[in-house]
Amino acid sequence: MIGRRIRTMTGRMRGWIAPFWTTLWRPSMHFSLGFLTLGGFIAGIVFWGGFNTAMEATNTEAFCTSCHEMKANVFAELKTTIHYNNRSGVRAICSDCHVPHNWTDKIARKMQASKEVWGKIFGSIDTREKFLDNRLELAKHEWARLKANDSLECRNCHQYDSMDLTRQAPRAAQIHQLYLGTGEKTCIDCHKGIAHQLPDMRGIPQG
Amino acid sequence: MNAIATIALLASAMLAGCGAKHEETPHRAPSAPVLVSAPDQIDPLRRGVPIDAEATPPAMARVENFDRVRPVNYEKQPPTIPHSIDNYQLTRNTNRCMLCHTQSNAQTFHAPPVSPAHYATRDGTILEEISPRRYFCVQCHVVQTDAQPLIANLYEGLNTTIPKGSAR
Repeated sequence: MIGRRIRTMTGRMRGWIAPFWTTLWRPSMHFSLGFLTLGGFIAGIVFWGGFNTAMEATNTEAFCTSCHEMKANVFAELKTTIHYNNRSGVRAICSDCHVPHNWTDKIARKMQASKEVWGKIFGSIDTREKFLDNRLELAKHEWARLKANDSLECRNCHQYDSMDLTRQAPRAAQIHQLYLGTGEKTCIDCHKGIAHQLPDMRGIPQG
Repeated sequence: MNAIATIALLASAMLAGCGAKHEETPHRAPSAPVLVSAPDQIDPLRRGVPIDAEATPPAMARVENFDRVRPVNYEKQPPTIPHSIDNYQLTRNTNRCMLCHTQSNAQTFHAPPVSPAHYATRDGTILEEISPRRYFCVQCHVVQTDAQPLIANLYEGLNTTIPKGSAR
């Protein structure tokens, strides 16, 4: 029964698609090869550029803070930290830490973010209370991600090889040498809550 | 005609003079400590700036970040923090200080551990974690800055208040 229905459906589909298919594979009658090649090339540049521009637009601080979930919670907290405001005037915006810079990883993360769009539509953290209830879980996702990629987003700016340990506080220099230099630990192991308030940390290792 | 021009010129010059006279001289607060023995000096927080004048505050002080343990000034003084604690989270959810200063982690991070007394509750029960009454470290332990004291202080500290060689 179901088999027959699928067969009739595919038959109908084939009847509908067939003319397009034959047109697609028949040599062009009106356009020259040069026009099609150049036109395809230019259209490729426009669409590829447009795609990446649109994706970059979703990486801006203005886009991230356009929803109140981010603006009222995590962005408000970021403002008090050194990654927002500091002596040299360099700011790390949301995407600098939360979106991989490498293109393939960025696409993968952007696809994951479709779940966040779902959350936004159905209001999974649309109040402060809901956000606080879920904060530990949300934080754990980020810790796991940074742990798995060896704190790549930290290291995009902060590289151990470029650290002048003599200009760090003695305790920082010592600990960085002991644990970061040997590769025993990664940035996120000790630097949790560097840009946001921490959830209830009972039972979670922080160093 | 000439006279009118002269009068106008004079008037404008006088007005300019008035403006200059009324310009406020900024009261800069002295950065050095002020001795408050004088009877008119009742408010050391204003550092001698008259009450009807707006004081220009001295430059903000910097937190000392040397990691060298400072000597205490009297017995049972909570040791001061010899490093900066900017953005260290000390909230109901987490206590950044205890990452390094717990008894179990102190060795790892080369930090002085908190004294065992900090694990005891009011009725003497020893807890596994820091006692809630000792949880908020900065209630007693504070950072030190390079700021000048507001008022001069003649207190000389532990070493001079106890005579040398005296049995205690």
